[in-house]
Amino acid sequence: MNGTLEPMVGRYVHVEIDRSMHRIYFEESGAGVPLVCLHTAGSDGRQWRHLLADEEFAKKFRIIAFDMPWHGKSNPPASWSGGEYQLTTARYTETVRAFCKALKLEKPVVMGCSIGGRIVLNLAIDHAAEFRALIGLEAADFQAPWYDTTWLNRPDVHGGEVCAALVSGLIAPQSPDVSRSETLWAYKQGGPGVFKGDLYFYRVDGDLRGRVETIDTLVCPLYLLTGEYDFSCTPEDTMRTAAAIPGASVTIMEQLGHFPMSENPGQFRRYIAPVLNEILEQSSISTKQGEHA
Amino acid sequence: MQHATPSSVVPDAEIIRTFAGIPGLLEQAPALIARGRFLDCECLLGPTGHPFHASIRGGRIVDLTPAPVLMRSWRFSYRATAAAWAEYWQPAPRPGWHDLLALTKREQAVLEGDLHPFMAHLQYFKDVLALPRLHAPAVPQ
Repeated sequence: MNGTLEPMVGRYVHVEIDRSMHRIYFEESGAGVPLVCLHTAGSDGRQWRHLLADEEFAKKFRIIAFDMPWHGKSNPPASWSGGEYQLTTARYTETVRAFCKALKLEKPVVMGCSIGGRIVLNLAIDHAAEFRALIGLEAADFQAPWYDTTWLNRPDVHGGEVCAALVSGLIAPQSPDVSRSETLWAYKQGGPGVFKGDLYFYRVDGDLRGRVETIDTLVCPLYLLTGEYDFSCTPEDTMRTAAAIPGASVTIMEQLGHFPMSENPGQFRRYIAPVLNEILEQSSISTKQGEHA
Repeated sequence: MQHATPSSVVPDAEIIRTFAGIPGLLEQAPALIARGRFLDCECLLGPTGHPFHASIRGGRIVDLTPAPVLMRSWRFSYRATAAAWAEYWQPAPRPGWHDLLALTKREQAVLEGDLHPFMAHLQYFKDVLALPRLHAPAVPQ
């Protein structure tokens, strides 16, 4: 309806990452348990707009989605000299932790998709005690490459067009056209070389094979959910990863692909609502146990 | 879940006949032709054992001739099994059979040659080669 205001609000927070100050854009809505949402490679926080606008979730969660530096409305830092952007495991981990610290979030839940799902696994390996629960969407310790990333940033191919065209196949055919189009639009808007730079983490630096076995889900519950149409991070990749982590919860989502929260928000809600409810219940039990200790 | 085998068993002749109808379907899709307006290319497309030489001019397939043609050159080729095309053309293809690069990843298709025209017009080729999907009555079941 004309004049309708959506509930989320956007602000900037200054965050020191790698000894350099970054102006990070984030949107948030709701109140309660902090729930930090991480977007996919080459996109931005708009992917989470349906979750941010969910009135039921907002009653119990403070839902926050930020744009990674170089993405969306988070510009590169002033210190950037124009060199090739490359996301590393260390830098990504520091970015998420520094953002949470800057907003003074107390034991947040972190939910990430794709590269966000991969970094969630790294948070579970190295920093589990800082988080209430971790949710990896389209997450695995490793997945086989299916194209050469040099096509993503070269002067004789339109970067936005090729990035969007590549990932278009990761969207389930059942997803609504309007949501498919919106999901791809963010890829068409990405800065030159940013998607490629994110994939440095995904393809080269962030191989977690042989490390996920150390995740202790008693310290921090871990949920993995993957769409059946994701042929980049396949259901088999996620199930193999989960099988190595005692206590990890794994769900294969029907009629969804690599971008569940944006490609078909209604279908995604059916799968994420029980997870968020379980986290709330566990959080409530932990609080009561703490009160009676 | 990805599936190891396709759901449909379709005679190669049906796949070849459907593939041969793609230029006509493209003529009914002016927006798709417009997206390929800067594309002039010779390529080899179709079923693995029965590909076609395609001549594309300004986004139109102006010639589609069964290979081999004596000494005809092509810049790139995309060839997939008949089973892969049958699945790709279903209204809702099954997981892993729904995208040209999903098919190459699962080794049901092979992409070869100078890939520049293909990558520079990737969504165009995905959509052109999916045209039989949008014309369900023409898709073999």
